[in-house]
Amino acid sequence: MAKLTGLQIQKLLPKTNCKECGSNTCLAFAMKLAAQKAELLECPYASDDAKQILGAASEPPVKKIQIGTGKTFSLGDETVLYRHEKTFVNQTALAIHINDTDAVADIEKTLQAIKAYELDRVGELLSVDAVCITCKSGNTATFAALCKKAHEITGRPLVINSTDVAQLTAAAEAVKGSRSILASAAPETADVLVKVASDNGHALAVTAPDLDALTALTAKIKAGGFNDLILQYQTHSLSELFQTNSIARRAALKDSYKPLGYPTLHIVLESDRLDESVVAANEISKYGGVCVLPSFDPAQLVPLMSLRQNIYTDPQKPIQVEPKLYEIGEPTKDSPVFVTTNFSLTYFIVSGEIENSGLNAWLVIPECEGMSVLTAWAAGKFSGAAIAKFCKSIDLDNRVATREIVIPGYVAQISGELQECMPGWKVVVGTQEASDMESWVKVTYPQHLK
Amino acid sequence: LDAATIEALKKSILAEVRAGLTQDIVRDIIGTLSSKFLGETPAASDVETPATEAVEVKPSAAERLSKVTSFKIRKETADTPLWEVKLGATKAEGGTRTVTHKIGGASAMPFHFWEGAMPNRPLVAMEVYDLVSAKYPAVLRNIYGSLLNNPAEMAKVLVDKYGADVISVRLEGTHPEKGNRSVEDSVKLIKQVLSAVGVPLIITGHSHFDKNNEVLKAVAQACAGENLLLNWVEQDNYRTIAGAAMAYGHTLVAQSPIDVNIGKQLNILLTNMDLKKEQIVMDPMTGAIGYGIEYTYSVMERIRQTALGGDKLLCAPMIVSPGQECIKIKEYKATEKDFPLWGDLAKRAAAWELNTAINLLYAGADVMIMYNPEAAMAAKRTIRKLMAN
Ligand code: B12
Ligand code: SF4
Repeated sequence: MAKLTGLQIQKLLPKTNCKECGSNTCLAFAMKLAAQKAELLECPYASDDAKQILGAASEPPVKKIQIGTGKTFSLGDETVLYRHEKTFVNQTALAIHINDTDAVADIEKTLQAIKAYELDRVGELLSVDAVCITCKSGNTATFAALCKKAHEITGRPLVINSTDVAQLTAAAEAVKGSRSILASAAPETADVLVKVASDNGHALAVTAPDLDALTALTAKIKAGGFNDLILQYQTHSLSELFQTNSIARRAALKDSYKPLGYPTLHIVLESDRLDESVVAANEISKYGGVCVLPSFDPAQLVPLMSLRQNIYTDPQKPIQVEPKLYEIGEPTKDSPVFVTTNFSLTYFIVSGEIENSGLNAWLVIPECEGMSVLTAWAAGKFSGAAIAKFCKSIDLDNRVATREIVIPGYVAQISGELQECMPGWKVVVGTQEASDMESWVKVTYPQHLK
Repeated sequence: LDAATIEALKKSILAEVRAGLTQDIVRDIIGTLSSKFLGETPAASDVETPATEAVEVKPSAAERLSKVTSFKIRKETADTPLWEVKLGATKAEGGTRTVTHKIGGASAMPFHFWEGAMPNRPLVAMEVYDLVSAKYPAVLRNIYGSLLNNPAEMAKVLVDKYGADVISVRLEGTHPEKGNRSVEDSVKLIKQVLSAVGVPLIITGHSHFDKNNEVLKAVAQACAGENLLLNWVEQDNYRTIAGAAMAYGHTLVAQSPIDVNIGKQLNILLTNMDLKKEQIVMDPMTGAIGYGIEYTYSVMERIRQTALGGDKLLCAPMIVSPGQECIKIKEYKATEKDFPLWGDLAKRAAAWELNTAINLLYAGADVMIMYNPEAAMAAKRTIRKLMAN
């Protein structure tokens, strides 16, 4: 439904101006509602009609669903098709697949690995979001027990995967309250499974042979009052998966088509590790909700998690760190001084490499509007004069006794200018790539190595 | 063990071997013969059906999606499709290529077959070098070995074994600070590669304008009529190479630094020189995963959307360089021993380059220059899957 204006909303309010909502008048409150700066709940006198109408109008085009209790993540709530329009908000969740028929020792190992895995990348901790357990044994008790164990060990929500109602029910009860995903309900099993999901506090993935049957199913379930749904498309090829993801998201966003206004779940079934990662990249790039990978392999996860981090960043504003003088390790007044930009990626790479090289050092980070070294230089933010001015503003001369400053190799051309602007200092040109710093440091600053 | 168990075991082993074999054979076919199946041979450029496709009997995406009735599938198609650029020229056309390709021509966003056409599949190019830098990663050295020092031989392997659609020859060694190889050497090298392979060539230069222009111009002249893709010109350096492309019948890459406006401006400058649009491929500048890919991705989507929205000067096919960008980064070089959380180096490197390429493929890449053979083959499999609508 289209968004309502403040005046339209005011007509739905009691118009008593009793101020209990915190606004002086009902109209003022209505304006806040229209601007999404207030919630209808704040007015204790709102009628049921008002709640229903406003509820439908304010419903996001793609339902937001929170998964998990301890380690949680959200799905859906997206408003744009292309990231240059506005930031994508809830990133594709990556889950790891386990069959309940896998060897016990392997399962244990995978669960422990998932639990332990945590990678610091550009200041963000990346980890596996969920575990998908598939019932292959046909044994309800085995399946439910493994689900319980997987949740207990990893603390992660699950994707509980089976087509059998009894198996899903047992597992759903075993991890009641974990806010997992039951996967999945088909048109024949939906009635029972909606109740199971709702009784045990889980989201429900729904699936059907084609889009017509799927949309009929979600519409029916929603009409029945359950709305924590996740779409699992049945597609026969990568081409169909990609097109279905795109068509559905566009229908939800541009045509407010509610039966497709949900996040998705895709279980990757490819049998080649690179083909698998292509499907995951497809999900990350094009509207995937939860993506289940066949096995736990950091070599596959790291590029996917990094891609995901990139695609879900704010397209307008680069992630940046505060401009200031940073300490790497425990520098003394005589420790070496390096300089780079305040683009988060650059900062984290460079500070990591300096640390890695075994130095205690100072790192000067001037204000560069979050741009990389060459970008900032091309934009005039990383000139010799700009760097010198910043050094002065932080009183570098008095904070360190060192009189050598190392600049990035890619901006060797600024060394002359910087030299002129920083009397008494010697400008040293470092390596181009930060990853070559370790060996460079060994030669250049052996006396400072820890 | 009783006889029945042994029999059952035998059966299961046989079944497994068979399954494995079929997979191997299929892979082999894809690996060694993909150029023949997928490359458009000029004689029969419309031949479809790569051999492996025949195995699949599932209904196509087009068939299934056309049956949807519960809601109206929104369609957004361009009035003016992208322009097409031809790569390579056959004997009849004045060159010596046995395979030529066309890129571009789409009337919708990539692989949006429900609403528009994508008449030409994206291509996977691979690269050979006149100089292998000391920083060239061990992962690739291990794979290519001594081939690296024999560009013509390597080009042949890239085409025959890994299915490269196009070969890029990088002439980094002509850079005055990197060996300053002579113009004559470069011409000789290009001739050797031309005779080693039948696919079209990309000639990739460097950022030393004067030397680069001298080399590319000489190559363009010596290979007149071959319809090489001269890689690259930029806003501050385009005249010489554009002139050579016009004079000697080649196409060129117009590079802009992740900027829609500069990209368009450069296309205007080039067409003002009377270069035909159909001679221009845009390079939006590639960033690898973790190193600025999101900027490339979004600028490509914007270029493509602006083009499909009616901006006729942006309707160019696009070329990206996942290989070149990925080999610079630490994740392509650091071992698992040093970074246990990053996993196996060889697998990680392939996945990094592949996912960089796939992401850009969705944003509109028409040619991807790739270095890692496993990644390149997987990218090509993916293109085939996405095109099999
Ligand atoms: C993404 C990108 C952008 C993004 C900005 C991203 C950002 N937040 O900075 C956008 C699209 C906004 C952009 C804009 C522009 N860009 Co730009 N951009 C890039 C791109 C593709 C990647 C940059 C990146 O993120 N690199 C990753 C980071 C980590 O690299 P880095 O900061 O350099 O750090 C590395 C090293 O320098 C080293 N290092 C860093 N610090 C230190 C310190 C020491 C002591 C040492 C030893 C080493 C070291 O370690 C790091 C890893 O090895 C590059 C091309 C490329 N592929 O590199 C062009 C590039 C940097 N851009 C370029 C240009 C020209 C521009 C524009 C001027 C274009 C324009 N007119 O619009 C604008 C300028 C910005 C403005 N006016 O607003 C040029 C610069 C040309 C030059 N040689 O000067 C480049 C090289 C592209 C090109 N070849 O034309 N850009
Ligand atoms: S609480 Fe309700 S009735 Fe009272 S002023 Fe606010 S909107 Fe009006």
